[in-house]
Amino acid sequence: MSKLTLNDLTKIRKQTQGINTNPNITRLMICGGTGCHATGSIKVKQALVEEIEKKGLSDTVKIVETGCNGFCALGPLLVVQPEGIFYVKLKSEDIPELIQEQIINNTPVERLLFKDPATKKRIAKQDDISFFAHQMPRALRNKGQIDPEKIDDYIARDGYIAIVKVLKEMKPDDIIKEMTTSSLRGRGGAGFPTGMKWDFARKSEGETKYVLCNADEGDPGAFMDRSILEADPHCVLEGMTIAAKAINANKGYIYCRTEYQLAIKRLKIAIKQAKEYGLLGKNILNTGFDFDIDIYQGAGAFVCGEETALMRSIEGKRGMPRPRPPFPAHKGLWEKPSILNNVETFSNVPQIMIKGGDWYASVGTEKSKGTKVFALSGDVNNIGLVEVPMGTTLRSLVFDIGGGIAKKRKFKAVQLGGPSGGSVPEHLLDTPVGYEEIAKIGAIMGSGGAIVMDDKTCMVDMARFFMDFIQDESCGKCTPCREGTLRMLQILEKICEGKGEPRDIKDLEELSHVIHQSALCGLGQTAANPVLSALKYFRNEFDAHVIDKRCPAKRCIAMLKFEIDPDLCKKCGLCFKSCPADAITWKKKEVALIDKEKCIKCMSCFDKCQFDAIF
Amino acid sequence: MTCFIKPHHDDITQTMWQKIDIVIETNKYTSGAIITVLRECQEIVNYLPVELIDYIADGMSLPRSEVFGVVSFYSLFSLKPKGRHTIKVCTGTACYVKGIREVINRIEGEFDLKEGGTTEDRRFSLECVRCLGACGLAPVMVVGEDTHGDIAAENVIKSLEDYK
Repeated sequence: MSKLTLNDLTKIRKQTQGINTNPNITRLMICGGTGCHATGSIKVKQALVEEIEKKGLSDTVKIVETGCNGFCALGPLLVVQPEGIFYVKLKSEDIPELIQEQIINNTPVERLLFKDPATKKRIAKQDDISFFAHQMPRALRNKGQIDPEKIDDYIARDGYIAIVKVLKEMKPDDIIKEMTTSSLRGRGGAGFPTGMKWDFARKSEGETKYVLCNADEGDPGAFMDRSILEADPHCVLEGMTIAAKAINANKGYIYCRTEYQLAIKRLKIAIKQAKEYGLLGKNILNTGFDFDIDIYQGAGAFVCGEETALMRSIEGKRGMPRPRPPFPAHKGLWEKPSILNNVETFSNVPQIMIKGGDWYASVGTEKSKGTKVFALSGDVNNIGLVEVPMGTTLRSLVFDIGGGIAKKRKFKAVQLGGPSGGSVPEHLLDTPVGYEEIAKIGAIMGSGGAIVMDDKTCMVDMARFFMDFIQDESCGKCTPCREGTLRMLQILEKICEGKGEPRDIKDLEELSHVIHQSALCGLGQTAANPVLSALKYFRNEFDAHVIDKRCPAKRCIAMLKFEIDPDLCKKCGLCFKSCPADAITWKKKEVALIDKEKCIKCMSCFDKCQFDAIF
Repeated sequence: MTCFIKPHHDDITQTMWQKIDIVIETNKYTSGAIITVLRECQEIVNYLPVELIDYIADGMSLPRSEVFGVVSFYSLFSLKPKGRHTIKVCTGTACYVKGIREVINRIEGEFDLKEGGTTEDRRFSLECVRCLGACGLAPVMVVGEDTHGDIAAENVIKSLEDYK
């Protein structure tokens, strides 16, 4: 394919739009994200292809494999367009009925529709489901709408229009001015103003500069970046190219976790297609501007999400951070001026260029503008990827979009910001989403992982969990992080084992303070946050562990007796059925009994018991 | 071709050596490519014996100590042989909250296997990995290339039966 001109681009857009919005063609949008692949969407797609063929519907029905739709827990998902009928948990056996009823008879198949967890009613249209209704897709505007492996689909949704505008009409100063007006802040978590970052790098002297994209999404509970890369890889490429024009760089790298193989595959396809169209590579759109992007796969080190460590890793070294200054905008990758932005940040850029910075800043709070993508997971009914305007309350996120707590249990906390963040308790749920607002209550916005925890979660155990993570991922370069987090972990383990002493809590607080003040990089400086927020809001649980030697949530094995309370036991036998070690005796209408000799303390019975009768 | 003498190693066949040479040759002049080379070589041999690390270092004209330093830094690289099937159990927050600990206990008990270890018959290796980013399916386990979502202590052994 020869290089495109602007006219060609407009032509492709019109043509593809014509096909994709033709009301006479039904489009079956089958989700092809990692989640749906794992639950069997590939087989469902195959069944769709066969059934459409069999019924002779190929002319009027098109099957499109999209990227992540966002509603991951209910996969495999299928959306029938243009009607917007939303099907969940499909199996290949369901397909003949679905095609017959939905396509030929034009009546939705009731049993395969989404069931609202609160009202127990089936809902047919995607837009009527509360999970989708409260969202505002900007970074995710193409999710579920396009085939990520087809560049024409992206172009039909105004893709690469921004590049034309930027390369033909805008100067680097104009780009940076638009970014500054948009007030877009780094979506990786730190929230540094993107326009300012680009401005520093633009003013840095040097012929070689780099644009880097951080796709090393390591926070446990975060999968926003992966979903964007899987659903809409071209928008990230376009965003990076615009950044390159702004700072005058000719080379870019996407540093992606090696675990994200599907994202890497789709990125490779996208880069190849963009190059074929002349939208990437030498002399882009005949404007004389060169920009090339390579993918660099990480090798499993959490600390490489830190900017200076990430650059060392691309250089082929141990991914250890170094002190700043010098900042990467002056001396970054291979000591050259570099900018590093997160996937979500870049994916917002093309639209800002098309619609303007003022448009982007029209929603949000005073200091946090635009929208933010969250990965909602844990003990919540609706699990998946959501994008909300800044200023939305956490309560709305958990209860309106998330549909509340699963299995009729009670809300305990929502964890934001992963191992650098904190847990927000019930009474602070009306806090609006925004960098400063969330920081004020002891958590951080972070990259967007939001893990909801119910009353069965032990907050001391969670604090231990995060410290274990940090300790394991600490690179070992600076002593406060390497030794300090180890010491904190040892103390937390001691408390979880029922051997805690009152002074342990004071020690934890003191160590937190010292590590925060003296660690080299962000990973260490924020390492104590989960512990501090747990101590602040769930102090009673620490006291129960240390003073009463009791774990109120019944998660810390050392403090459990593995006995059954005959008053609470409803004699249902669920524990008996779940025990893998035959340690439970039970007969109908009799209280169950645990044989402690046989018990392997696997916790299966604790999980199964609906009445909290085991202690 | 790379002209260094190939050390003898039981786990590396002649075909593997040829593939390793191609990987080194392709990346030799790209700065920063060592992690890519190590990853691709590990995919060929299934782990990185010290002899191979030295060979790669020589081929890439890098100090052996530096390359060993890179290998030991990143959790992707393994100095020990792995089983035919690697079970990667996700220990991210969402999976943890939803009970991955019980699943790990069950696997360890059933196969007499410890985290980071391999069964004696080299059938399974067990790795606890950081968030796989499939939180919607939590708790999650990946065996080889297959992702298993919503696993529980009760059904995990059954899911593993097919991997011989």
